[in-house]
Amino acid sequence: MNKKQKKKLRRILIALALFVVFEALSITGVFDLLPYGIWVEFVAFLIPYLIVGHDVLARAWHGITHRQPFDENLLMTIATIGAFALVLFPDAEPHMAEGAAVMLFYQVGELFESYAVGKTRKSITDMMDIAPEYANVVRDGELVQVDPGEIAVGEEIVCKPGERVPLDGIVVSGRSQLDTSALTGESVPRVVEEGAHVTSGCVNMTGMLVVRTTAAFENSTVSRILELVENASEKKARTENFISRFARVYTPIVVGLAVLIAVVSPLLLGHSVSKSIESALIFLVVSCPCALVISVPLSFFGGIGAASRTGILVKGSSYLETLAAVDTIAFDKTGTLTSGTFGVVAVHAREGIDKELLLSYAAHAEAYSDHPIAMSVVSSYAGTIDRDKIDGVEEHSGQGVSALVNAHRVLIGNDTLMQGAGVDVPNCHLIGTILHVALDGDYLGHIVIADMMKDDAVQAIQALHEAGVKHCVMLTGDREEVAQAVARELGIDEYRAQLMPQDKVRQVESLLESHEGRGKVAFVGDGINDAPVLMRADVGIAMGGMGSDAAIEAADIVLMDDKPSQIACAIRIARKTLRIVKQNIVFALAVKIVIMILALPMIGISTMWLAVFGDVGVSVLAILNAMRCLRVQK
Amino acid sequence: MRKAFKLDGDLCSNCAGKIQTAVEKLDGVNSASVNAMTLKFTLDAEDGKFDEALKQSIKLFADIEPDCEVLA
Repeated sequence: MNKKQKKKLRRILIALALFVVFEALSITGVFDLLPYGIWVEFVAFLIPYLIVGHDVLARAWHGITHRQPFDENLLMTIATIGAFALVLFPDAEPHMAEGAAVMLFYQVGELFESYAVGKTRKSITDMMDIAPEYANVVRDGELVQVDPGEIAVGEEIVCKPGERVPLDGIVVSGRSQLDTSALTGESVPRVVEEGAHVTSGCVNMTGMLVVRTTAAFENSTVSRILELVENASEKKARTENFISRFARVYTPIVVGLAVLIAVVSPLLLGHSVSKSIESALIFLVVSCPCALVISVPLSFFGGIGAASRTGILVKGSSYLETLAAVDTIAFDKTGTLTSGTFGVVAVHAREGIDKELLLSYAAHAEAYSDHPIAMSVVSSYAGTIDRDKIDGVEEHSGQGVSALVNAHRVLIGNDTLMQGAGVDVPNCHLIGTILHVALDGDYLGHIVIADMMKDDAVQAIQALHEAGVKHCVMLTGDREEVAQAVARELGIDEYRAQLMPQDKVRQVESLLESHEGRGKVAFVGDGINDAPVLMRADVGIAMGGMGSDAAIEAADIVLMDDKPSQIACAIRIARKTLRIVKQNIVFALAVKIVIMILALPMIGISTMWLAVFGDVGVSVLAILNAMRCLRVQK
Repeated sequence: MRKAFKLDGDLCSNCAGKIQTAVEKLDGVNSASVNAMTLKFTLDAEDGKFDEALKQSIKLFADIEPDCEVLA
């Protein structure tokens, strides 16, 4: 609790104590024994009323003088003063105690509301507390701490264990483990050493790192993320806008109804004046839309906060709303479903030949090549390469390599190379680049190289189908047979191959057209050429870690750890948030309407107590419900 | 000049919107944002008029939501 809240609590407790004493005197009939007993009682209850509620009265006055009259302060003021004023009607029950109690109850609710909102706000901001406070840099031969904003691009900074990496950069020296959980939600630390890229906002865990910065502070990942999330609440969801528009008409309408009841019901329907006024006052108390005005934005903010904790950045609550309605997702292939790097997916050795031996010859023959395919063969070989054994390397451009390994002639390459050397090759059923290997003219087998599927790609598509996404489409510029193989393996419903970037936009547009009025269409991509598609789709989702800046800029949602399985998680968070928002809207309105109906003079069973519950009680319950948005189930 | 300030107290997004609209109408203000969730007020105003705009904004806060204070 902050200072203001503590002060309020003290006032509430004092007023409550006085109230209990006077209420006891009232029930035991002490006031009735005094001369002008009713007026003594009136003044008595006025004391706790003013102690607990003077700020409400002051703010109501402030509202009137500043032409912002229709706020809850004024409504509470009229309602409670009205309760006291009922003393003027001799036929009515005295309502002074109720007037004081309603104000007391209202303030308790307000206090709790402010506490709960503050608590939620703090847990969200704590979650996003990834801003580094300082950077260590050598100035005048001494290691000093300076503001990260003062570091120039290309300067070398020192990052000690336990510190947050202040700026993006490349490790110049040192080796350590980085905790990236604040950015990606990933709990397994990442090992970095010389040459590795480090991202600001990660925590350096074990060793000292010297990092050469590659971005100024305001362009560093951490600044970009914070700006993104803080501005997220500006792109408001339709529901949010609806609520503020609704609040603007709801309150005047209910106040109008209250006036109508106070006037019409005694004059035309013959109900007693005091009873009519009591009904009208109840209307006033429940006319405050706070439960919605506070809880709905809070729910969205909680949802965005929960998403960012799992490494999903949502650029506005409107995207959360759209995401919840997505039933079709189009994917880019390379970099989104596949990692975009080549790797050995299979080694098929001829019968009687050891796979390791095959790989060893292949890796030695390719050791001097810097072709990506050659490098992936070398890196998949577990043993060490003895360069002394290699001799007479000859590159056959576009075909392969021949080399002398241990004085044996090794031939490695495609069909053409083998045919040229008179070696017969079998067909392989796998899709990818096939590297045949021959030793002294004898066929040893082949290695299949392909773009590696992301580890969680299969699971990602499955999770999306389980989450109710009906249609997954893969759009790729790759060859038909590659696309088909990947689509089959992943369980993707549909694919389109050999697309140019502009074709992808057209494909997404036709998906959008065929979905007019039904579910929403999302597109997931990473490359520069994906930016137009990301903007065109209802929701654009970009891979943040390795995606291009243009794609991240154009996207509405960014996945920090590049895992496609996060999409299903994002959809779950979005749906949960929307569900909570709807619950709150329905609950708050239902309670208020029921109380209003029961308060009508002909029914007249609502009390002031019930009305205050309909105002602050409902607000508090709605806020508590909204706090659930913060919790993430993985 | 663009500067961000923290806010102290209670602020609902309704009032935040009202304050933001009012601040944006002040003389010399290029843009303003009042964020009820992060309790942050960002003012972007012309250099020469920034101080005056800030003073006026603080007054607007006091008028529209006296419970919320700009920590300038």
